[in-house]
Amino acid sequence: MTNHDPAHAGWFADILPDDADSATAAIAEGTTDQPRHWPEIAVESGFAADVDDYYDRLHKATLDATRTAVAEHERADDRQLVHAIRSLDDCERTANELAERAAEWAGGLFADVDAGIEGAREVATYEPNTAAERRAVSLATRVVDLADEAEAIREFIERTAPAVAPNLAAMAGPVLASRLIALAGGLEALAKKPSGTVQVLGAEDALFAHLEGHAPSPKHGIIFTHEYVRETRPADRGSAARALAGKLTIAARIDHYSGDHREGVHEDLRDRIATIRARAEDDEDGAEGDR
Amino acid sequence: MSAGSPLPVGVERRTVAGEETLATRGEPVYGEPTDGDWRAWNASRSKLGAMFEHGMETGLAGGDRVLYLGAAAGTTVSHVADFAGPTYAVEFAPRPTRDLLDVAQSRDRLFPLLKDARSPETYAHVVESDLDAIVQDVATRGQADVAVRNAQFLADDGRLVAAIKARSEDVTADPEAVFDRAVDRLGDAYEVLDRRRLEPYHEDHLAVIATPR
Repeated sequence: MTNHDPAHAGWFADILPDDADSATAAIAEGTTDQPRHWPEIAVESGFAADVDDYYDRLHKATLDATRTAVAEHERADDRQLVHAIRSLDDCERTANELAERAAEWAGGLFADVDAGIEGAREVATYEPNTAAERRAVSLATRVVDLADEAEAIREFIERTAPAVAPNLAAMAGPVLASRLIALAGGLEALAKKPSGTVQVLGAEDALFAHLEGHAPSPKHGIIFTHEYVRETRPADRGSAARALAGKLTIAARIDHYSGDHREGVHEDLRDRIATIRARAEDDEDGAEGDR
Repeated sequence: MSAGSPLPVGVERRTVAGEETLATRGEPVYGEPTDGDWRAWNASRSKLGAMFEHGMETGLAGGDRVLYLGAAAGTTVSHVADFAGPTYAVEFAPRPTRDLLDVAQSRDRLFPLLKDARSPETYAHVVESDLDAIVQDVATRGQADVAVRNAQFLADDGRLVAAIKARSEDVTADPEAVFDRAVDRLGDAYEVLDRRRLEPYHEDHLAVIATPR
C-alpha cells in the first residue's frame, strides 16, 4: 500500500492503536507531501474501527502531542539562555586567549604558524614528534574544541531565543536578545525595566561615572552592537538608541506577557529608524543648497 | 443587522444578557455571556463573526469539515467547532496554544496543532483532504501566500474564508493597495467570490471568500 512509504503516509502509519508516545512523536515530527482521506485510510488499514473511532483517537493524539510541544517550548526558558550566553562569552574569550598562547608555543616548534583560532586549527592537525610538540599540538586541540563548543552554544541560542522571546529575538537578533535578558536578570526583569534603563544596559561603568558627576551620560549600552545604532551617523545615534530601546522594551513585554509575534512593533521601529536616518540626507541636501 | 445569507445551522441570532448577538451552543471558554446552552459570539472579537454580521455568503452550512489557520487562543475556533464537524486548528505560537488546548479539551472534534501555517507539509499527515472550508486569520506577512499553500486541503467546491489584515503586510501602505495585492496573489489558486471590509467590527481588515480554481 502507498501509505507505507513515509513520504505519503498518515500520522498513524506503523503505529499500534494504543501506542500514545509514538502517536505524539508522529504528529509532532512527521511530514507528508500532500493530504489524503486519512479517516478512511485509517479504517481500511485497521488502525480504527470506524471514522468516529478514528476521530476519537485523533482528538486524544493531537491533544497529547500539542500539550507536549507547548511544554517543550516553555521549558526552553530564559534561564537556559542566560547560562548559554555567558558560556558563549567565556568559551570565546578563553579560546582566543589560549589560541595566542598555543600560537606562541607552536611558532617556536613549527614553521609558519598563524595566530588565532584558525592557526590553532592548523596546528591541531600536525603530527608531533617530541614531547614539547605533543604538548603544543594538544593545547591547540583544546583551543579548537573550545571554539567548536562556542559555535554549538551559538547555534543553541539561535534556536532557543525565538521560542523564549519571539519579538525580542526578531528585533535584536537571538544573540543580542539573550545578552539583554542576561544583563537584566531574566525576561520578566527585562520586561519590567523602563526603556531608559534598557538603553544603557551593559554601560553601567559609564552610567555610574556620569552619576558621580565626572562624565557625560552614556547614549547606549550593549544595544550599540545593533545595526540600527552602529550604522547610524554619530550625531543621530542617541536618537536611534532611544528609539530602539523603546521598541525592545515593548517587544520584551509582549514576549513576557503574551508570547505571540506582533508585526506592528517591528514595522513601527523600521519607520522610526528610517525617519532618523533621513535627517542625515536632509543635512546633506541642506549643505548642498548653501553652496 | 443586514439580512444577507442564512447562518450555518448551529449559529443563531439570539438575545443573550440583554443584547442581540450571534450565538453558538457549547462549553463557555473565555468568560462570554451565556443563556442556557447558548453563548454569545462577539463580532468585534472575531473576524468570522463579523463576516456573519455583514451577511456574507461564507459557504459554511453547519457540520462542515474545517481547517482553521491562526487559531490563536481559540476564541473564534471554539464557536466554529460548536457548529462545524471535524475542525483542525493550527496555531504557531506556544503561549496562546496553551489556551487553545483548554478549548479543545471539551470539544471532541476539535484537533489542536502547534504548527506553522506557512509549512503545510508539517501537518498534511494529520489534516485530511477534501475539506469543506479553510478559515484563515493569520497575522503574519504573506497572508495570501499562506492561503495559496493550503489550497491543497480543500475540496473542489470548498471555500476559503479569510481575513486579511493590512497592517500585517505593510503598515505604511494604503490598506486598499495591500488588499488588491493580496487578492491578486490569491488568484494563483482561487477564484475570489466575494470581498468586503470588516468595519466597524475590525479596522483595516478585508474578508475574502474564494473557491479553488
